[in-house]
Amino acid sequence: MNFTLKVWRQANTASAGRLETYAAKAIPSDASFLEMIDLVNMHLEEEGKEPIAFAHDCREGICGSCSMMIDGVAHGPVKGAATCQVHMRTFTDGQEITIEPWRSVAFPVLKDLITDRSAFDRIIQSGGFISAPTGGARDANEILIGKLESDSAMDAAACIGCGACVAACPNGSASLFTGAKISHLALLPQGQPERYRRVEAMVAQMDEEHFGHCTLYGECQEACPKQISIDVISQMNRDFIVAAATKRPQVTSAGAG
Amino acid sequence: MELKSKIPSGPLEQKWDSHRFNMKLVNPANKRKYHVIVVGAGLAGASSAATMSELGYNVSCFVYHDSPRRAHSIAAQGGINAAKNYQNDGDSIKRLFYDTIKGGDFRAREANVYRLAQCSVNIIDQCVAQGVPFAREYGGLLTNRSFGGAQVSRTFYARGQTGQQLLLGAYQALEKQIGKGAVTMHTLTEMVDLVLVDGVARGIVARDLRTGKISTHLADAVVLATGGYGNVFFLSTNAKQSNVTASWRAYKRGAAFANPCFTQIHPTCIPQAGDHQSKLTLMSESLRNDGRCWAPLKKGDTRNPRDIPEAERDYFLERKYPSFGNLAPRDIASRAAKEVCDEGRGVGETGLGVYLDFADSIKRLGDTAISERYGNLFEMYERITDEDPYQQPMRIYPAVHYTMGGTWVDYNLMSTIPGLHVLGEANFSDHGANRLGASALMQGLADGYFVIPVTIGDYLAQARLAPVTLDHPEVRAAESAAHDRMRRLINIKGKRSADSFHRDLGKVMWDKCGMARNTESLTTAIQEIGALKEEFWTNVSVPGSDADLNQALEKANRVADFMELGELMCRDALEREESCGGHFRTEYQTPDGEALRNDDAFAHVAAWQYNGENASPSRLVEPLTFESVQLSQRSYK
Repeated sequence: MNFTLKVWRQANTASAGRLETYAAKAIPSDASFLEMIDLVNMHLEEEGKEPIAFAHDCREGICGSCSMMIDGVAHGPVKGAATCQVHMRTFTDGQEITIEPWRSVAFPVLKDLITDRSAFDRIIQSGGFISAPTGGARDANEILIGKLESDSAMDAAACIGCGACVAACPNGSASLFTGAKISHLALLPQGQPERYRRVEAMVAQMDEEHFGHCTLYGECQEACPKQISIDVISQMNRDFIVAAATKRPQVTSAGAG
Repeated sequence: MELKSKIPSGPLEQKWDSHRFNMKLVNPANKRKYHVIVVGAGLAGASSAATMSELGYNVSCFVYHDSPRRAHSIAAQGGINAAKNYQNDGDSIKRLFYDTIKGGDFRAREANVYRLAQCSVNIIDQCVAQGVPFAREYGGLLTNRSFGGAQVSRTFYARGQTGQQLLLGAYQALEKQIGKGAVTMHTLTEMVDLVLVDGVARGIVARDLRTGKISTHLADAVVLATGGYGNVFFLSTNAKQSNVTASWRAYKRGAAFANPCFTQIHPTCIPQAGDHQSKLTLMSESLRNDGRCWAPLKKGDTRNPRDIPEAERDYFLERKYPSFGNLAPRDIASRAAKEVCDEGRGVGETGLGVYLDFADSIKRLGDTAISERYGNLFEMYERITDEDPYQQPMRIYPAVHYTMGGTWVDYNLMSTIPGLHVLGEANFSDHGANRLGASALMQGLADGYFVIPVTIGDYLAQARLAPVTLDHPEVRAAESAAHDRMRRLINIKGKRSADSFHRDLGKVMWDKCGMARNTESLTTAIQEIGALKEEFWTNVSVPGSDADLNQALEKANRVADFMELGELMCRDALEREESCGGHFRTEYQTPDGEALRNDDAFAHVAAWQYNGENASPSRLVEPLTFESVQLSQRSYK
């Protein structure tokens, strides 16, 4: 198969970018989208030209590295798939394909198709965990968790942190990502002690990172390679309201013994 | 040099306990004065960085990914073993220990494996406390599945994403410590050399992948948790960026590299479709709980699998290994599949494939039950092959998956370089010549959560390290060597991409040092790799600048190390004149084609010591003594 690619090239965060045109020739229909770019890059390298920089690693849809807008759609035309799981047989021979990096103020471009998604890590740092230092955990079977609760927690925990939800959202909101982690932990008994502190801290961090607000367009769940439902956003909003309504000043009187 | 394993004395069951008591401690107030560098943030790296910082050590963690959540541990599908005996099916720490030693074809250290089995039960508790959503029964208790090489159900899992969920648990613990300022995280930063001062590991040279800036980071101890080297074969189930560079730099600085020829070929992967392919995709071993492996009895039978009657099918694993059946260990199942294909009975366009059939299970349990167990794997398969495994059997073929070999470490997980510790897949320690399924996650987390946090204290308490500064001549020399290497790669300005060399190397390795090896193939491979290496250093094309984000340079730097490693693997395979586990020398097999060990001559670990660019490496030997198990020919019949 042959394609004409229009690819976003940008030297670094500070410089301006532009779309450049490349011919992708003799691409097997079984090739994945990233393998198609590999082939284009191999030719560029042989000609001594700089290859197209793009993030990738596991190439089986779980590491969350790959991140491309394909014809304006986050991760391209296949539903419930990351870019690496899109195969060229999905496209028509001779098609023109536009490839751009994630679009969001909170994800600045580092080079070409690679963006800086460290804002996601900082949201997790703010509260996306259960404090359980290593050692001293009780026997795993002492905590009973019903299968349905456990399955729902797993549905939310399946997030791969790719950022497609943000890229697809007209507001650039990170609510699906943040809501997924909040739901995963709020649905489990182990997550209860920190539940309301967590939601307050994570929502505040989301604002600090310049993500937009959620107005329930629902584009995020359409783009999500793991098809995480926007129900997690409702869970986040509910917990946030409860946290705000029940907040008490923290008592900090402790003394040396 | 002598390899001192430092295995504690006393009965096997008490070694770890008494060792913990005998080790020196660092008092809580002093811990923050020690700085530990952790390279890598997969299961072993993230869990160790989080845990050491919880204890009070000052930790810096380096990853080449943009986030510590992306390491390849995340792709592990099937599960994690633990001797919980929740199923009441006769499991115990001793049984997990025995299965692992036997599964490794008696080429691992008893003491390490026993400790691993002991830690396994704590891992599950720790992960549940963190909120890892393991699969559960309706009553709320944890559930288990079976994995190869065991006759009990001891594998805990989170759908087909166990590695992801365990890694996210460790990642979240790590992020919590980063948020508190207790860990300094360096993302998109790749270790390019190890810094030694007076023979002791004191830091690393790292390249900031955003800017190309090379800088040195000093510490009191260095921990490598940088994964395996399966990508030496180019096509493997590893992530594209997985590489040997950190371990290889350590090797060239003096850390002995053990059993490099022990590589694991996983039986159930999606067969290669063409030359464009960039990696292979694993189909979890858990599928063999409900899938049956078969091939047509007749050669070149191209009928639709559904039209081949029962009587004309060969369920080769059930036939050859009736007691373990489809759950025979990986090395054995892989060889059996290869044998069938070599006989001309392989399926698919290339003839390199066998069927993994779920029809019986679907009939017995229904589509829903099967989809609940393996839905995401079936979907993954269909996406890649365009075939529906609910309707027709999967086609599978073995592929490189894991490397049991790695940097040699003693019982404390310290390499032959004082201060350099190595965890997880990057070390050689626990799996012998073949790893059992669901044991990699167990080892990564045992090393990271429970072993290194204790043993590192013993090292630091006794190390008596003099302060080092960045202007120390050895430090400056390491940094400028890293600069020179990058410039050299950029300045070759040849005609071929690093990937094309990598593909050629992979083909040599797969054909001549893959599932079957012999003197002739290995000797040829060494010559071919030598020639390839020579061409690489005169004809590789690395466009762009070293002072920039440059993925071509990153690749070239890693491929150069893979070539040297490939050579050492062949050399190691050549010297080990026996077959064991994943190392199958065609000259050494039983009359029915099973691996034939030579315990008299090779019941040992072979660790290679680097002697400089133009000298051959020395082969050091650590004898393995078995006090608790009896060496026997491994049988799964």
